[in-house]
Amino acid sequence: MKTGTTPVAAGQQATPAAEPGAGNGRTRFAQRLWVVREIGIAAALGLLVLVTAIDSPGFLSAPSIRDVLLGASILVILAVGQTVVIVSRNIDLSVGSVLGLVAFATGKLFLAAPGTPIVLAILAGIGLGAVCGAINGVLVAAARVPALVITLGMLYVYRGVDHLWAKGQQINAADMPASFLSMGTSTLLGIPVLALIALAVVLVAGTYLHSYRSGRELYAIGSEPSAARLSGIPVGRRVFGAFVVCGGMAGLAGALYAARYGTIDATVGTGLELEVVAAAVVGGVAIFGGSGSVYGAALGALLLTTIGTSLAVLRIDPFWQQAVVGGLILAAIGLDRLLALRVANRLKGRSSHGA
Amino acid sequence: MAHDSLYAQPEAPAERAATHAWWRAALTRWDTLIVVVLAAVVLAASLSIDGFGSTGNAKFLLLDVVPIALIALPLTLIIITGEIDLSVASTLGLCSAVMGQLWLTGLPLELIVVLIVLLGGLLGAVNGVFVTRFGLPALAVTIGTLAAYRGLAYVVLGDRAVADFPYDWTAASLSTVAGGPLPWAMVMVLLLACAFGIVLHATPFGRTLYAMGNNAEAASFAGVSVATAKFWLFVASGAVSGVAGVYWTLRFASARADNAFALELAVVAAVLLGGVSIFGGRGALLGVLAGVLLLGTVRNALQLADVSSEALDVVTGSLLVASVVVPNVVGMARSWLRRRRRPAPA
Repeated sequence: MKTGTTPVAAGQQATPAAEPGAGNGRTRFAQRLWVVREIGIAAALGLLVLVTAIDSPGFLSAPSIRDVLLGASILVILAVGQTVVIVSRNIDLSVGSVLGLVAFATGKLFLAAPGTPIVLAILAGIGLGAVCGAINGVLVAAARVPALVITLGMLYVYRGVDHLWAKGQQINAADMPASFLSMGTSTLLGIPVLALIALAVVLVAGTYLHSYRSGRELYAIGSEPSAARLSGIPVGRRVFGAFVVCGGMAGLAGALYAARYGTIDATVGTGLELEVVAAAVVGGVAIFGGSGSVYGAALGALLLTTIGTSLAVLRIDPFWQQAVVGGLILAAIGLDRLLALRVANRLKGRSSHGA
Repeated sequence: MAHDSLYAQPEAPAERAATHAWWRAALTRWDTLIVVVLAAVVLAASLSIDGFGSTGNAKFLLLDVVPIALIALPLTLIIITGEIDLSVASTLGLCSAVMGQLWLTGLPLELIVVLIVLLGGLLGAVNGVFVTRFGLPALAVTIGTLAAYRGLAYVVLGDRAVADFPYDWTAASLSTVAGGPLPWAMVMVLLLACAFGIVLHATPFGRTLYAMGNNAEAASFAGVSVATAKFWLFVASGAVSGVAGVYWTLRFASARADNAFALELAVVAAVLLGGVSIFGGRGALLGVLAGVLLLGTVRNALQLADVSSEALDVVTGSLLVASVVVPNVVGMARSWLRRRRRPAPA
């Protein structure tokens, strides 16, 4: 206000007058490329299903599809939570341990109070997971320590707590109410309940990240944390929130794990963290934040799970599965790099035209 | 312009020059602190835990930390340049599996060992190409090769184990200097540590690694070939993981695809505990060796004290978290106090 009216100041601060059309066009082009990225995974998934189905049509039967969806649901939920953290240029390596801890806690809850309503048990699981996430979040946001280090440390801490609590105990299906266990395998209109929960999680998180202010701010933080801070985004609070969400999702996944598998000991979910990160990366979530979507991550998780089933159906040595997954991750990040270069070139071309 | 002085900073930073003598700087360094903590833990454990100080226990403690200590050496250099290698344990596993398979084909073991180290270097070179030629983030690349190499290990050996290695060789992996507590394998680690330490701390090349970690772009403008240096560090990481694979296979007399599964996180934890910044540009090899030994000693002592081995994870994790949180919080508290002592500028 006070400087804008004087001619000198206006001359010095000649900010490039952004034409609304050009800006939108650029954004739209970039967005279209990233949609292409998600379509790419969907196409890869489709191709995989097609090849498998041609070899053995039974792969497309209702029970077989149901199996794949059931198997993918828990990984999808974890990948969604992980995406919320990764877009903010952080990472949560503790999700496997949180899942294990919550799964065991859920079993313990039913042992102590067999009459607990299922919804309450799941909410308790989400709550415990969110508490774990909040601890990660406080350490990362308040102590300003890199998330990779903190969550690597907490991976060990949560797992150790799980072991200390379990003392070698194993909780079996017989210890949990039948209604809870049947939720793990039952279907609604032919679709597994677990898959419906995962779908709801994907849609809610997708809408939040895409359309809500604080969701958009996570992308801004991931693109350039210092710029985000200067533009008035409460970086610490948003990052903390992202960790709470990720922990809560890991908690939900833990409770569902208990329902789905029925047998729980202190080793549940060991090594899952890297698979979750891999699913997000395959789904086009940039490992250093700022881009990617939960839809891509969910497709990535679905693709990784389907590969396992497909290889078995195609009678390929199951030992190849992990090698294929590794190749897929490398291909995915290579593709992302190519797309990013194209976007950069295109934007450069645009701005040199404008000048 | 007369009123320019109004905006000039009147305070001069005089107070900070003299207060930090060199000995104070050395004492407050992280690696010194870790060495002191390590010494205290060793002392406390040998006084309070039966059998901790025995020759046999010391020998097994050292034998146990050899793989992590080996892999931590090149990984320290990689993390100092601001990159990371999570594929090390899978490289170890694949090397072990291939070693087993080659032994079944009847090649002489001397030749196999050479081939395995070369294989490790090749696997590291693949990481290096992806990171330095294609410009992909090392974290994502090495998560990919973590899965790929472990997968290939299963492709090579399946879930079988090869165990009929000659006794001379397996016994050699356990042998100690003059029958004392110091294994020959640990001597090898120390020699390699000297080599890596000289490269990192006493050569121009080593100084440029820190420069890369602080600002890769500035380093490359200053004429440092960042890509070449990082490529060879990944090769070194792979080759040393191959050496660790040979050691692991002989020590447990078993070549398996799942050897050293998930060891990568333990190695990264040890390196970070040793005071290396995950963002690069900061850290020293002495601190890392002390960090490796500290984790190994705590683990060993608590096991002797009958704490369940899984519960030790709490200790490992807390040590790692504390090692990064405490210095930060102390720093923040200090600057807060300093700001409070000085009257706020109007």
